[in-house]
Order: sequence, then C-alpha cells, then structure tokens
Amino acid sequence: MRERRGKEFYVLAIFFSVFVIFLYGPVSAILILSFQGPNGGLTFPMNGVSIHWFFALFGEQLVGDFKAAFLRSLQLGLVVMVVTIFVSVLTGLAFRKKFFGSTFLFYTTVSSLIVPSILVSLGIGLLYNLMEWEAAWYSSGMGAHLTWTLPFGFLIMIAVFNRFDSSYEEAAKDLGASNWQTIRYVVLPIIAPSLIGVALFGFTLSYDEFARTLMTSGVKNTLPLEIFGMTTNVTTPTLYALGTLTTIFSLVVILTAMGIVFYMQKRRERFGTDAGKGV
Amino acid sequence: MIVPIATILIVSFWDYSEFMLLPDFVWTNYYETLSSFVTYKTYLNTFKYTILTWFFTLLIGFPVAYFLCFHVRTLRWQIVLFLICTIPFWTSNIIRMISWIPFLGRNGVFNSMLISLGLTNEPLEFLLFSDFAIVLAFVHLYTLFMVVPIFNSMMRIDRSVLEAAIDAGANGWQVLTNIVIPLCKPGIAIGSIFVVTLVMGDYITVRMMGGGLRASVGVMMWNEISLLLYPPAAANAVVLLVVVLILVSLMMRVVDLKKEL
Repeated sequence: MRERRGKEFYVLAIFFSVFVIFLYGPVSAILILSFQGPNGGLTFPMNGVSIHWFFALFGEQLVGDFKAAFLRSLQLGLVVMVVTIFVSVLTGLAFRKKFFGSTFLFYTTVSSLIVPSILVSLGIGLLYNLMEWEAAWYSSGMGAHLTWTLPFGFLIMIAVFNRFDSSYEEAAKDLGASNWQTIRYVVLPIIAPSLIGVALFGFTLSYDEFARTLMTSGVKNTLPLEIFGMTTNVTTPTLYALGTLTTIFSLVVILTAMGIVFYMQKRRERFGTDAGKGV
Repeated sequence: MIVPIATILIVSFWDYSEFMLLPDFVWTNYYETLSSFVTYKTYLNTFKYTILTWFFTLLIGFPVAYFLCFHVRTLRWQIVLFLICTIPFWTSNIIRMISWIPFLGRNGVFNSMLISLGLTNEPLEFLLFSDFAIVLAFVHLYTLFMVVPIFNSMMRIDRSVLEAAIDAGANGWQVLTNIVIPLCKPGIAIGSIFVVTLVMGDYITVRMMGGGLRASVGVMMWNEISLLLYPPAAANAVVLLVVVLILVSLMMRVVDLKKEL
C-alpha cells in the first residue's frame, strides 16, 4: 500500500489542488484588482496598473478613518492576545488535576465556542445597555473577543498538557527546583511553541473578529467593522486596496509566528541536550 | 459567558414600549416569535443553508483530510500542505467574502468566461446575491472547520489496522467504509458541530452575499436589534440557542470531547 501511488493518489491530489485554488483564488483576485488603474472599476478587466487606490486610501476624505480603526484593532488584538495566553496557561495548568467543578467549567468554556456569536454580541450589548455602562471597543468589545479567543487557547493548552510528560517536572523537583523554577525553566520552555500558536489564535481571531464586535464596540469602529461599512458605501477599488493591506498584515503576523516556531524547533534540534551546561 | 446569556434570557421576558425596556414577565415576545409564519419560513431557510453547507463542507473536507493524512508521506509536506489550508482561516472573513464579488458579479469573471466560451449569451443573474452565493461563501469560509477535526481523527488511526484489513483481503473501498469512516466519526461530528453552529448563528454572510434580500435567523434578529426591539430579539435568540443546543447534543452523542484533545 505504501510503495505504489495508484490512481487514487492522483485523483485526490487534483482534488486537493482544486481545493487550494478555491481557497486562494478569490483573495488573489482582490490582490490583483487593488492595483487597478485610476479609471478602473470594481471588476475585471484591469484598466491599467497603478497604485492609485492605495494613495486614495490614505487620503482621508474618501473613506472613513481607517488608520484609527486599524490602531484600535491592533491594540485590542495585542491585549486580547496577552490575556488569552496568560489565562489559558493558568487554566491549562489547573486542569491537569481534577478539581471541584472542573467538568462544569470545562463544558461552560467549550460551550461558548458553539453559542452563535450574534448571541454573545447581543447579550453583552444588552447587559451594557441595562447597566447604563457605555459600550466601547476596549471594554465590552474586549469581553466579546475574549469569549471567542479564550476557549480556543484553553482547548489548545489542554491538548498540550494531555501530551505533556510530567516526569520532566518530577526530575526538576528531585534536583531541588522550586515550584516557580520548575514552571519557569522546565514547563514554559517545553510548551513555548504551543504558546506561540495560542498567541497567533488570540491575535488573529480578535483582529478579524466581526460578528461579536458589532453590538459591543460602541461608537468607535474596529477595522473589520470599518471594512464592512465601506462595502456598503464605497464603490471604488480603495476597498480592495484596504483588503489587500490588511490581508498582507495578517500574513506577516502568521508567517512571523511560524518563523518563530520553526526557529525554536531548529534550535532544539541543535541544542537538543544541554546536559552539563547548567542554565 | 454566562452573564450575557442570562441577560438575554431575562430580557426576552420583558415588555417594551417605543422608547424603553420595561422590566416585566410576559410571554408575548415568545408568543409573537413562535406564532409568526415568517419565523418558520426563516428557520426553514436557515436550515436549508445549514444542511447544504454541511453537506458540501463534508464532501470537500473529508477527501482533503484523507489526502493529507494517507497520501502525503513525509511529515514536512504534511505540515506545509496543512498550513496552506489553514492560513486563510487566520485572515479576515469579511475580506474573503468581498473577494467573491468580482468573481460572481454580473460582469464578473465567471460570467465573462461563460460568455466568451459561448455557453450563455447573457450574464447569469443568480451568481451573486443569491442562495447560491450564500452557500458558496459559507463553504469557502468554513470547510476548514471540517478538515481539521477529521484530519485529527485520521492521524490517530493506527496504520497497522489498515494493513491488517488489506492483508485480510479488503479492497480500498471496504477499508474506507468499514474502517476509516467509522474511526473518523468523532472528527466528523466535531467538524459538523462547528459548521452547523457557525451557519445557524450567521448573519453577516447572508446579508452580504444575499444582497439584503435573503433572510436567515441571524438577519431577522439583526433587523429587530437595529429597530431597537430588544426583547423580541432576545426571545428570538433564546429560541435559536435552544435549536442549536438540540442539534449539538444530537451530534455530541458520537464524541467524548475530552478524549479528543
């Protein structure tokens, strides 16, 4: 079965390639169209090639204030990321032992993944409305984002700790490490690549989050809301230019994260053992 | 997490006037929601999207996961191809939706292609702002949620089981239906849960790809919210939540979530 590649392989390989084209095709169209000439419209054919629309994007009179929206999304994403990492590591550690209510807490957390996002949005929006707090992207918006990123981080950490070999910790303790030292020098370095993964989830899910933000962001928009607003009233390729820019930004973030993980693994292979070197 | 849901639950029983919410305990919101013909029609429509999307994501997701798992031989390629599939998940959904517009529009790529091939004389109208576009966008956005869990369960299948089956004389199809698919059931269930809940609760895709003409439960709720009719929206939300929870608990019979991690 392993030696020969039959018809099945080629059929599936073609299927897979079509799937990848299906995934990336439309987005690449946006990319190409954002370089539309100054007289071009929203669809093909291309009417010359220019970066006119990128300039138009930075001229504020045409579109909304996307720079401020971008900064808000960026800050929000970073804060959500930090909170997500912190909380998921702690809960991950806590969930290694069963404790009172752990099953309940587990299912509550997971259930927030399956509750439709519009419900979370509505719920938080209503809550703020009733309490007469003012909804804003950094308070209610952040809460809404955390209901989405935390369960992801949490599940990843549980998966990580399920596979974690606790004899490393025991070895550290036998050598006289304190609890904190064990976590700092043994546990954290081992799970570091997964932490990058959690960070990536936390940031990108928040950065692109739309449905949960809609009713919770208050007066000021985050970037996805801004883009959505543009779809209804902007009829030039500036929309595509913005799309291209944020997609490239996301890609840079993703590739950076992957680069770090890759680098860590390489380092591990090279310095696989630090026996005798001390810390 | 619990507090917002509780808020919805409470508000769903409230009365309302034109300008404000009146704390109360009335069933009218539910009565109005559940007695309206529109509600049922909308739910029917939403189920239609859900079932279609579920069907297509499974149809696409399973072979993709199968290919990645059993036909890609080196770990390195597996990782690379897997990442190629997952990267779009980390970029903006909105942008991925917008990007269909130049494809499907009246003067879009598909229509120009069809015309130049002589297949049709006039641009097809049904491509954009239609049920077709909505399901297409859903499939495009959410197939990944199907691929990843199925791939995860497939990777756990012990290869020696497959070899044993082949040694015992099973052909490829028998291996697939008797071993691979049953062992992938938890993955399929988890993927289905994701897809179903995402589609059921969606409003933005339906609004954008449907051009504001198509209804789903999410859109209906959103309309109520934008008219500041919070209690009916909340009642609607509770109904939706119940429906989703019933669906999920049906699917959960197949999986033990804690074991899957």
